[in-house]
Amino acid sequence: MTQYFKTLQEDIRFREGLSACINCGTCTAICAAAEFYQYDPRQIVDIVQSRNELEIEELLKSDTIWYCGECMSCKTRCPRGNTPGLVIMALRTLSQDSGLFIESEKGRQQLAIKRTIGEWILKTGYCVSPELINPEMHPEQGPVWKWEIDNIRTLMKKMGANYQGDGPGALRKIPEEALSELKSIFDITGATQRFEKIENDSSKKAEEMGLKLTDGLDNPYMQYIYKHNSQNHHNNQ
Amino acid sequence: MLEEGKKRIWAEYQKAVPDNNYYFVRSCIRQTFFPGSEQAFIRIIRNELGKDIYETPYHTTCTGIGYHSDIIPFETTMTVVARQFALMTEAGYSNYIPSCITSFGLYTEVLETWHHFPEIEAHIRENLWKATKREFKIPDNLSHPSDIFYHFRKNIAEKAKYSLVDIESGQPLNVVEHIGCHYSKMFPGKGIGGAEYPCVLIGMIEAWGGNAIDYPERRHCCGFGFRQYIVQSNRGYSVSCSRKKFESMKPYQPDLILTNCPGCPMFLDRWQYVISEIEGKTYGKNNQGIPVFTYEELAGLILGYDPWELGLQLHQIDCEPLLKKMGIKYNPSEKYLGYNREYIGKPEITKNLFHCC
Repeated sequence: MTQYFKTLQEDIRFREGLSACINCGTCTAICAAAEFYQYDPRQIVDIVQSRNELEIEELLKSDTIWYCGECMSCKTRCPRGNTPGLVIMALRTLSQDSGLFIESEKGRQQLAIKRTIGEWILKTGYCVSPELINPEMHPEQGPVWKWEIDNIRTLMKKMGANYQGDGPGALRKIPEEALSELKSIFDITGATQRFEKIENDSSKKAEEMGLKLTDGLDNPYMQYIYKHNSQNHHNNQ
Repeated sequence: MLEEGKKRIWAEYQKAVPDNNYYFVRSCIRQTFFPGSEQAFIRIIRNELGKDIYETPYHTTCTGIGYHSDIIPFETTMTVVARQFALMTEAGYSNYIPSCITSFGLYTEVLETWHHFPEIEAHIRENLWKATKREFKIPDNLSHPSDIFYHFRKNIAEKAKYSLVDIESGQPLNVVEHIGCHYSKMFPGKGIGGAEYPCVLIGMIEAWGGNAIDYPERRHCCGFGFRQYIVQSNRGYSVSCSRKKFESMKPYQPDLILTNCPGCPMFLDRWQYVISEIEGKTYGKNNQGIPVFTYEELAGLILGYDPWELGLQLHQIDCEPLLKKMGIKYNPSEKYLGYNREYIGKPEITKNLFHCC
């Protein structure tokens, strides 16, 4: 059996986030996710501190650990100074490192995040810029955003941005040297490796589910994990 | 309680904010949705307050959104942060000003980690050298731009052409604020007033003539939730959180919502549109939404900057009724003009939200 608890303890966020939880439930009372999802951070912390490897493995395979929004409201209110949000971050890291993230609907979404935000960082130097928020994938952005995207260059210039230009300023083109340093950092600190792991494990899962997965966003597996909601996650059921 | 005791407690919620020489770092979200806000911040710092502010084109994202959606390892994020500090060091600055709350929280988390675990800092220094041949000094000060505006709120008020007052009634505007989770909750001691007495925005509202309202869900998250917004099938989480806030603030009839983060004003603006489409429900008077502003936009407005250069036409909730209520002089016919004053058409009209023109 894999020693999940021991691995969790190697994560500094786990060590800082949990020391002898008294199970009072204050974190659950304040938690934005607990109000929306069938989610109880008190219970998660209790399972983890029990050191029950089988139960921890179930967590790593579950939707549960992906419900948190990492707002860190729990950090402020815990009377023991614990941070269930940091415990969640350590569990999510372990779920990906162990490949168990592909066993849950919400865990599988990591590929969608890697292929949008993750690749955008290396391509542009930004987590997000206007081209990534295309109105088709973001209908909630509304008609003003569509109008802005349709007129992006002239509007950005009017706001004083240096849109895709050289030199400093908002939305400037980040120089190639900077992007190359970013890539080098990703290579030696584990991000590249995590990206490859997410890709490889997702590829196996796509095959198992009989959904085609190719490069980019426009393929059946990507569209499925990005849009599918089994509707059995919420509190009002 | 004795006055002395009050002063002592309050002193614990203060932070040192530098008077000058700012090293400015941009926000992915703020420059995407509110580029006029970052421009206004720099303009106010340089032209109104006469301070020095510098930025380099070589800085990048801090990776914060990737880190908090768990695709980027902490070690990678810490090394990217170290590179950002190296660029600051090379430029000869030591007051680090990130234009983003996610970044502010992240930099604080990294600095706290290094403070308590020097061996991790040493390891990250090795990583950075291996990857980029750069070295860095720890900033003397980490402040968010809202900390700077709070620090100079009275100086800004002295130069203001308008105030947060209804010109017809002479009454102060009712303003609700949204403080931002990663500013106030992760390391409460690092933000002015912490999570208990978040006063960085309240200080601006009151100094600029408004009436700040302490509504019940003031501290609730806007609902960004990182992966809860990025992935389309999770967005119900996001809109539900914002809805809880709107329901809580509505009875107080707020004239505007003032925000601290780059993302929160976008969510609080767009989710009002979505709720109006889904439920036909609006939270302002006469099917108007409640306008949502960044603190830079609000400062720019009272200083008399052109609302269309600040980017207020990029908000889904129409700001014009509020501009009129404040007596702000502006040209409505320039709302839909581009940089060269060319007409660029209008956004499609929504079903249930009020449209001024």
